[in-house]
Amino acid sequence: MLHTLAALVENHPGVLTRVAGLFARRAYNIDSLSVCQTDNPELSRMTIVVNGDDQVIEQVRNQLNKLVIVHSVTDLTAESVVDRELALIRIQVSPETRAEVLQTVDIFRGRVVDMGRTNLTVELTGDVGKINAFVRAIRPYGLLELVRTGKIVIRRSDV
Amino acid sequence: MSMNAGKKELKGATILLEALEKEGVDLIFGYPGGVLLPLYDALLDSPIRHILPRHEQGGVHAADGYARVTGKVGVCLATSGPGATNLVTGIANAYMDSIPLVVLTGQVVTSLLGTDSFQEADITGITTPITKHSYLVKDAREIPRIVKEAFYLAGTGRPGPVLIDLPKDVLAMEVEPFPAEMKLKGYQVPSRGDSSKIAEVAKALSECHKPVIYAGGGVITAGAGGVLRQLAEKASLPVVTTLMGIGSLPYGHPNLLGMVGLHGAVAANFAVDDCDLLLAVGVRFDDRVTSGLGHLFATKAKIIHIDIDLAEIAKVVRTHIPIVGDARLVLEEVLNVFEGLPVPQVTDWWDQVRAWKNYYPMKYDKDRMTPQMVIESMGELANDDTMVITDVGQHQMWAAQFYPIIKSRNFATSGGLGTMGFGLPAAIGAQIARPDDLVFLVTGDGSFQMCIQELATIAHNKLPIKIVLLNNGVLGMVRQLQKFFYGERYSQTDLIDNPDFVKVAEAYGIRGIRVDSMEQVRSALAEAIAYPGPVLLDFTISPNEDVLPIVPPGKPITEMLGG
Repeated sequence: MLHTLAALVENHPGVLTRVAGLFARRAYNIDSLSVCQTDNPELSRMTIVVNGDDQVIEQVRNQLNKLVIVHSVTDLTAESVVDRELALIRIQVSPETRAEVLQTVDIFRGRVVDMGRTNLTVELTGDVGKINAFVRAIRPYGLLELVRTGKIVIRRSDV
Repeated sequence: MSMNAGKKELKGATILLEALEKEGVDLIFGYPGGVLLPLYDALLDSPIRHILPRHEQGGVHAADGYARVTGKVGVCLATSGPGATNLVTGIANAYMDSIPLVVLTGQVVTSLLGTDSFQEADITGITTPITKHSYLVKDAREIPRIVKEAFYLAGTGRPGPVLIDLPKDVLAMEVEPFPAEMKLKGYQVPSRGDSSKIAEVAKALSECHKPVIYAGGGVITAGAGGVLRQLAEKASLPVVTTLMGIGSLPYGHPNLLGMVGLHGAVAANFAVDDCDLLLAVGVRFDDRVTSGLGHLFATKAKIIHIDIDLAEIAKVVRTHIPIVGDARLVLEEVLNVFEGLPVPQVTDWWDQVRAWKNYYPMKYDKDRMTPQMVIESMGELANDDTMVITDVGQHQMWAAQFYPIIKSRNFATSGGLGTMGFGLPAAIGAQIARPDDLVFLVTGDGSFQMCIQELATIAHNKLPIKIVLLNNGVLGMVRQLQKFFYGERYSQTDLIDNPDFVKVAEAYGIRGIRVDSMEQVRSALAEAIAYPGPVLLDFTISPNEDVLPIVPPGKPITEMLGG
């Protein structure tokens, strides 16, 4: 099962190596990883999507927590969260398919951010499922390039 | 120093040495090199003692041996590039056995970092998986904080090696250092365990019928042997130890069943397999204990696991009551709570355990000079403060099985990594750490040759180490495995053209004695002990002596051969 872990780590060179190395050498499977500085410039937030059963995830959390550069690790899988991913997708178009492609982009609330004679680039945000669905929908027209950020997650406010 | 008296600016190298002194360091095992010139220059004005091994690997193992027999943080130093990479085995060795080390390495000047410059190696990168933490120092003003953090990290919680990489220009720059304030927000040291879980443990102990304590290196690290003994005696608990846990209870203590695992005592393995309560303290359910079969280990037992490292809990076996904390503090609390409860009904269990112990004693033939006889004789001639340092192989297991260790920290061996070559330099560290106590190095002709150059360090420093070389002319442990499990097809395990080790010792100025017959064993050992300097005792033993019992690979620990 996929788990989403949020880790606060020190914002130093070498920190990513430590985390990535830990996953590699203990054969934990990273599905996606996104890292960026937080509002505190000394800390980065890592959102790690990792595949494994509960015992493996517990090990991953404990091993991560053991790293001196990791300040905290939270498993957000079972929590109420907002999750988003950003994708940039370049799609092949021809005079015949252009209208259909643009309609599909519209249905998924994507935005065309660049356009050439034979292709266009779409920006799409949403949860992972929506992005997967869009990719499936436009693949028949010709998917030229796909760049995804990986999932980022934030807890919902407790109302 | 005097020219700096007016201003507060100091060289990075001086800042480093002063920071080390503040941590109580009085001894470094180091090997110089180009980028360390500023540091070795400053060392001439420092009170810190420096021991020069003959290979960097010897330096790091010596620091490791020093740490094992004292509990203090060991310090070693090597230059950039090959000096640093020569430390890798020693760092991994310390990491696997949770030994506190601060490893200092020189590095090329910061302007050349990453350019494949002369003697450059990315040692922080190389050692990331085998260090508890590491630093690459870019600014000499940070040295006091980094040194303070490094010692704190190395020596607290689950100890381990911490590496500080020091570029030459950082060692040479003159700066006013920042204060030594630690910034370790991501590091917590567990101390007392959860009190409700401790109450559960005491209750489980009181209600069980077939208990066993499984004690490991964490007991030694935490200094928990005393309280473990009290608890074992009060609740009549049989105790088994790991290789790293030897010394948790004194040899010969009636509750001690011996070592558990692949070369463990039969009674120890049977007791673990059959127990209904396993109190695991400072252990990691290593595959040399479980045979790599965590799901078949102590299957009838409620498993209590006390460890300082949360990541060890449930890593290998399912755990019913996990307690994360310092083994001594947790056991003291368990003992406190237990004292208000009825003692468990374990008479039948002890009858069973004693029957196993009597039926399957640790034994060996007495009709010839055997390695076991040599080791038992050592024990008879030594005292309670004698240290036994081993290398890796058959001799290591014989020492673990037959040497009567009475006190903790008197047995030092490469447990997790199984590093041949560890013993000789580790014995150097141990002897320098405790100059008044007798040090035996138990080694084999394979291991001995992996760091044999350190005989020069022994001779130069006049260290009165007694080297017990169990010389069978083969790589005995691997050969034994070929004999048992590969149809006696011996492949590359003969050391046919071994040198004359007595002459080798003499070439280094060390006394050598060859022992060929069982009648000479005691007198030769006694002579070596009485001699004020280092002695090499070369015992000629048969290549056909086996380490028994043995659990075949892939078999559960109850299926022992030769028990």
